[in-house]
Amino acid sequence: MNAVERHVHRRFERAARAGDERLGAMGAIRWAMRYVFPDHWSFLLGEIALYSFMVLVGTGIFLTLYYVPGASQVIYHGSYPLLQGEQMSEAYRSVLDLSTTVPAGLLFRQVHHWAADVFIAAIVLHLMRVFFTGAYRKPRDLNYFIGLTMLMLAILEGFAGYSLVDDLLSGMGLAIAYSVAMSIPLIGGQLATLIWGGPFPGSGSFLPRLEIVHVLLIPVALAALMTIHLGIIMRQHHSQFPGPGRRERNVVGTPMWPAYALRSIGLLLAVSGVLFLLGGLVQINPIWQWGPYHPYLSENGAQPDWYIGWLIGALRLMPNWELVIGGRTIIPNPFWGGAAFPLLVFGVMFAWPAIERRFTRDVRRHDLLDRPRDRPIRTAIGAAFLSWVVIVFAVGSTDRIFYRLGISYTTQIHVWRVGVWVIPILVFLLTRSACRSLQRSGAHPLRAWQGEVVRRRPDGAVDVIVESPDRLEPGTTEPPVGTTSGREASD
Amino acid sequence: MTPEHRGPVSRLGKALGLLVALLTVRRAARTRTAPPDASETQSDFDPRRRVVPANRRAETAVAALLALVALFGLGFTVVYVAFDADTQLLGIAIGGALCLLAAAAIVAGKLVVPQETAVEERGRLLDEAETDTVVEMIEAGGEGVSRRVLLIGAGGVAGAALVTAAATPLASLGPTLSRLHETPWARGTRLVDDQGRPYAADQIEIGSFYTALPEHSDPEAFGAGLLVVRLPASFLHLPAARRAWAPSGILAYSKICPHAGCAISLYRYPTYAPTSQQPAFTCPCHYSTFLPGEGGRVVFGPAGRSLPQLPLRIDADGNLRAAGPFREDIGPSWWGVHRAQS
Repeated sequence: MNAVERHVHRRFERAARAGDERLGAMGAIRWAMRYVFPDHWSFLLGEIALYSFMVLVGTGIFLTLYYVPGASQVIYHGSYPLLQGEQMSEAYRSVLDLSTTVPAGLLFRQVHHWAADVFIAAIVLHLMRVFFTGAYRKPRDLNYFIGLTMLMLAILEGFAGYSLVDDLLSGMGLAIAYSVAMSIPLIGGQLATLIWGGPFPGSGSFLPRLEIVHVLLIPVALAALMTIHLGIIMRQHHSQFPGPGRRERNVVGTPMWPAYALRSIGLLLAVSGVLFLLGGLVQINPIWQWGPYHPYLSENGAQPDWYIGWLIGALRLMPNWELVIGGRTIIPNPFWGGAAFPLLVFGVMFAWPAIERRFTRDVRRHDLLDRPRDRPIRTAIGAAFLSWVVIVFAVGSTDRIFYRLGISYTTQIHVWRVGVWVIPILVFLLTRSACRSLQRSGAHPLRAWQGEVVRRRPDGAVDVIVESPDRLEPGTTEPPVGTTSGREASD
Repeated sequence: MTPEHRGPVSRLGKALGLLVALLTVRRAARTRTAPPDASETQSDFDPRRRVVPANRRAETAVAALLALVALFGLGFTVVYVAFDADTQLLGIAIGGALCLLAAAAIVAGKLVVPQETAVEERGRLLDEAETDTVVEMIEAGGEGVSRRVLLIGAGGVAGAALVTAAATPLASLGPTLSRLHETPWARGTRLVDDQGRPYAADQIEIGSFYTALPEHSDPEAFGAGLLVVRLPASFLHLPAARRAWAPSGILAYSKICPHAGCAISLYRYPTYAPTSQQPAFTCPCHYSTFLPGEGGRVVFGPAGRSLPQLPLRIDADGNLRAAGPFREDIGPSWWGVHRAQS
């Protein structure tokens, strides 16, 4: 230790002491620094969601400084030539100005939009990891419910965000959202006019309300739930895949300080870096091309952000059933695809831990994860359910498929009305048999072959030349059979 | 497939397999997830290890990456000031800086600082004794209280009353529902285009559709937009009660889809009448398809009721006017929607 280092060390020690005299937090800090994270890539999906949220908050603060939630109509005289003299809402003009005249404004807006898409994608992938490895079982069921709630909030938040812009695309989205709200039996009319401050397109108070929902209410709720989510994880410790030395009662992995902290900060920076590269280089939602929204205008072949696609698909796929009794419209059509379908999907996911418990009668605490193949029924049900939602999602793009491939729109709808029920059954059967055959063979679909390469000596004895890579673990205590050309030696 | 053909294909397959195997062997050794082998998981194998690297090359690499980060970071400022804040260059500068910093952190985390695999015990969550004590402590708070049910009931009533009071102001937020039945169209309202010019009947040609708005009225109102088309008599099959609604074969319908409120903006007109389908409007949101020749009847898609039609007349100047209001509600259906009398 040289003089400079000694000096820094003393100063650092004094600062730490000064902090602890006031907070008494060193015990907690020591515990946190030794907190162990299991090393598996799938555990990073949740972190990607968290870090995207951070980017969203940062870029969102920038955007709030320029956004004006005004519904009154103005004539545009800004710097974008193609919209000169157009009538538009103040809100749309403010986002147009942000994109065309504010330095770095377009960069921040596009990063924000990309980050929202990545945020929800990361949550969905994280949810799939949690489902297929059984990580939602006790004691993590509570955190699973919180995660599902966050996914619902995130979808609402994304929709509210792009609706604020009041461009032609988002205005159409709001008209559909209004119709879905109206379609709720008994209270739909009151609810929709309450939210919009009157019949669509609503009063001048609607956009300010939507802005508060988007920049305050939902983000605060998300931040609070994330804090609880992470708090519960730290209390229970991470789950982990089974492996040598890994038991239900322990966690094996990298402690937080220093290696994991550096790697995780690296992930935060990588997520932000990729989002900024996307925002700078890959155009997203070019609102100047859509133009301002007016209720009497619409755009052909419009596609929403990906996380709304499943709802568009459901609205399209639904036959025109509407329950009318004695002139009263009990259930208007948009209710099926826009409200009942997402409620059913989330309802099933919320109910799943209880459903599984009922069939397995397993109420024990689980800290070791399942491999998907070892629970063929659960994996098959999950895959079938996923395929059901994905088909509906894909139906949201049937018009683009017609446009690109020339397959008749009506034909596609008629085919999918059958396929949406048949394909999940096939997926169930295929997944179940794939799981069972993988269990039998022991092969791993994503990893190398399993087995040994052997050579027989003239006297009939057998040498193992190469072991299965799945049987190699640095420092393993189980001595390999025969003479190995160990990978540890050559590595 | 003949054996001759199988040669190169299977060789390619083998090469690919070998490549995948090589790549995965490297990974598998490091981040492995062993099958749940009971004997293995329950063995006394101790995975703990700590390796202190002395990797000068990695340290140099981290320092070099950090220098590059500084370069890209400064680049952001330069682009902002000197290059008119070009979006692409800004993105490359800040995105590049963040990615390089990420690389520095990850290289440092994997090669520079001590690598440790540690084992932490989870501890128990359920502590039965503590749980019992807390339950007893909470219940002890009601010790000596003789009429617990009465007090809890009264508290519940008070709470419900307060919640009701808190929810009451919601009523003043909501406007009256009667406005949902209103549109700007009344008997005599002139049809104008988006520049405010009146539509003359002669202007409306067969095969095109026109968007009309009510004169001297808010074009942003949901019920304002109309679709106007002219059909030859061969396509006109209106219900008997509506025969007079289409002077000279000109028809007007609400532009707002009665399914989910989008503006209908697709019009299909047959190019060869004998073999093609009838003229139809289609909504671009969910592709509900309506027949203007048959009073807006739904022939495809999710719409649960037909497209509302507005009766038209041609005034003395030859301009189009509404001959009356809509006879049913425009826009999406709801509990109290007025449907067409059929």
